[in-house]
Order: sequence, then C-alpha cells, then structure tokens
Amino acid sequence: MADYGARLLIVDDNKVNRLLLSRHIELLGHRFALAENGRIALEKLQSEPFDLLLLDIEMPELDGFAVLEQLKADRALRDIPVIVTSSLEGMENIVRCIGLGAEDYLPKPVNSVLLKARIGASLEKKRLRDEQRELVRRFATPEVEQDLQQSGFALGGKRVHVSIMFCDIRGFTALCESQPPEETIELLNTYYMLMFDAIGGHGGVVTMMIGDGLMAVFGAPLPLDDCANSAVTASLEMLELIEQFNVDRSAAGKAPIRIGIGIATGEVVAGYAGTRQRATYTCIGDTVNLAARLENHTKAAERCILIDGATRDQLGDGVMVEPLGEVMIKGMAAAVDVFAVETA
Amino acid sequence: MSEKPIDLTVYAELQATTGPEFTFELVKTFLEEAPGMIAELRSARAEGDNEKFQRAAHSLKSNANTFGAVALAALARKLELQGLDVDPLRDEAALAELEAAHASAADALMALGNG
Repeated sequence: MADYGARLLIVDDNKVNRLLLSRHIELLGHRFALAENGRIALEKLQSEPFDLLLLDIEMPELDGFAVLEQLKADRALRDIPVIVTSSLEGMENIVRCIGLGAEDYLPKPVNSVLLKARIGASLEKKRLRDEQRELVRRFATPEVEQDLQQSGFALGGKRVHVSIMFCDIRGFTALCESQPPEETIELLNTYYMLMFDAIGGHGGVVTMMIGDGLMAVFGAPLPLDDCANSAVTASLEMLELIEQFNVDRSAAGKAPIRIGIGIATGEVVAGYAGTRQRATYTCIGDTVNLAARLENHTKAAERCILIDGATRDQLGDGVMVEPLGEVMIKGMAAAVDVFAVETA
Repeated sequence: MSEKPIDLTVYAELQATTGPEFTFELVKTFLEEAPGMIAELRSARAEGDNEKFQRAAHSLKSNANTFGAVALAALARKLELQGLDVDPLRDEAALAELEAAHASAADALMALGNG
C-alpha cells in the first residue's frame, strides 16, 4: 500500500481527542507524534519529517488558523497536507481553513471511515506531488525547481546579469571512434558528474548538455553576488578534477582527456523557452554567443580557459590572467579582448 | 431530566471502531479531565473571561459528543455559542444544570464500561 507506515502529527489541546485520534491512526497502521498546541506542533515540524498533519483549530497559545498560516509561508513545510479536525461550528470556519490551504475538514467526533478515506487520499496526493518534484529535480536543477516552485511556470524571459560558461572535451569525436560506445557513455557520465559537481558547488546551473558540450549559467535563475568569480573558480576546479580523472585513466592505460572552457559576462535574457508541454530553462543573448565562441577559440589559442573583458574586470586579485589582445572571433562584429586564465 | 444521558448508538459505534477496552480507558480519561473543564468554566465566569469560558465549553462539548453524552453536549454547546451571560446568575444556574448532566453521564458511562 502506498501510504503504509506514514508518519502523522496529531495536534490537539484536548487529551481525550488526542487519545482517540491516536487510536484511529494506530489502527490504520500509521505512526504518529502528538502536539498539545500550535506552537509545539510547529517546533516538531521544524525538527522531524511528517507526511500529514491532523490539526485542531481551537487551541491555546497558537490556534489552528495560525498554524495553517505559518505552514503556508514556509517553503519547506507548505506541502505537508493538513486535515483539520474540529468541532468548531459555522461554515465560515471551514471556508477559512480551506482558504488557508487545509486539504480537508472533518467535524468532530471524527468518523473513522471518513478519516481513513481522507488520510488515504491526502497521502496519495502527497506521494504524487513528491514524485513529480523528484522528476523535475532529475531533469532540471534544484535551482530551476526552486524557481518553478516560487514563481510558477511561464514561457518568456527577463533580463539578468550573469556569467555564461561553455565547456567541451577536445578531440571528443576522435576519441569516440577509437573506443566502444559503452566506454564513451561511461566516460561521459564520469565527465558530467565531475563538471556538475564543480559548477553546482559554485552556484552555477547547467542548462544544456549536447554530446560532450555543456552550457552553464552563473547568476540565474537565482541571483549570485559575484557571478564572474564563481564561474572562473568553478572552471579552475573543473580542470583540477579532470587532471585527477586523467591520473586514473592513465593507470588504466587510457589516453588523458582535455577540456576547453569559455566564459563571458553580461546581460542576457533568461527564462523558459519551448512549448507549454516541453520547455527548458535557457539564456539568450550576445554574452551566450561570446562564451560559446571563446570556448571554441581555446583550441587555436592553446589555452584551457578563455574569458572576456567583462569577466576579467570583475575578478579579484587571486586569479591571474594573461591578456591575449584583441581577437577577431567568428560570428562577432568587432574584435574582442580575450584573456586566458592562468592555471596551476 | 427525562432524556437518556448517553446515546447508545454513538457509544456502540465508538466501541466498534476503537475496541471496548480502549473505549473504557477513554471514558476514564474523560472523567478525569471533565471536572477540570467545569472548574475552568466556573473560574472564567468569576473572572469574566469570555474567551476562556467559550473554549472550555467547546472542549466539553467536543468530548461529550465523542461518547454520545447528548444532554451534556447540548448544555455545553449552548454555553459555547452564547458565551458569558450579562447576568452571572443565569450562568450559575446553567453551570449547575451542566454539572448535574455531567454527573449522570459519568454514572451511565461507568455503568456501560463495567457492564
């Protein structure tokens, strides 16, 4: 059964009601904890995970309405289903509970058959919601998931100041041709795992993966204080991780891999593009093109990390850069000041 | 009072869904708690604290309904909905009636549990 062994929090100031609800919950095969008022309930919710709340309304210290309000304002708690059980009379109270986000309202004394049905339905709904969120997390990123949770989904974008990173494996096509496809997939998985780790660790979000190439954004959908520094620090870490990976590869008799990284900083339009059915979080603008071109230019420049002037201007003293002068880059109208980040 | 203190259908339903032993334990808990609620009503009346008065009446009503103590529940409900009366004497009379209803409900519930 999907709801087997769920953990419920029973909130009621009345001892007889607490005992009776506990008994019902126990007979339904669920576990429970008890709280005597709203304040204790919120404390418990902050410290332990619960699947469902059975909430009384009329309580001293903090009543059920206040609990509903506080739950709704709390990102971590607002999805816990709440079934209000109360002997408060008047339709306006029921309406108020539902308006505040309660899943359901059961009058006291609670009918055990109804209680079972409502608990089952609420837990099933929660399970589906958790599953859906898990799916979003797997295919998007926690940041995009959070942005979707907060702002909802809407096609279209807004202007934001970000650093864009492009990265790919040099000579990847030749590498693919020289080894079985299974090995290539394994290589890609390890590569992505390492790159995601370094990028995510510095607040970046990977928005696109094509073959061995990836694009990452620093500063959207959630703003970042110092996007250029974060992107460059992440890129240095990526190189370090690849070096370590190469030690393993050479021990296994395999050729080392090399990556190229381009970073550009500036204004882009960020948002969801696609259709209502299938959309992706993306960034569009000259900054994106420039980052892609810089990454492409790493081969000719024989450097691992290339950045533009705007990124360089935002870097602290800790990072050494080598000016490569103005470079005519394919697709760019004017020559661009290019800098190489010095690697250890 | 001509009305029976306990609605036996409600009580039987409680026994059927939670078990006779548990029901009797719950009755005993109620009989331990109820005097406190009545005392709360009395002190709220003395202090003129309407909110406390209504909350205590609400709790008593809720519990009385659980056991099918219909007469007690009806009296508690009346106090909950009306709140403190402008005339304390009318509340005193209502509280005396409520205490009597509680006493007969308690006797009947104990008899059912021991029966």
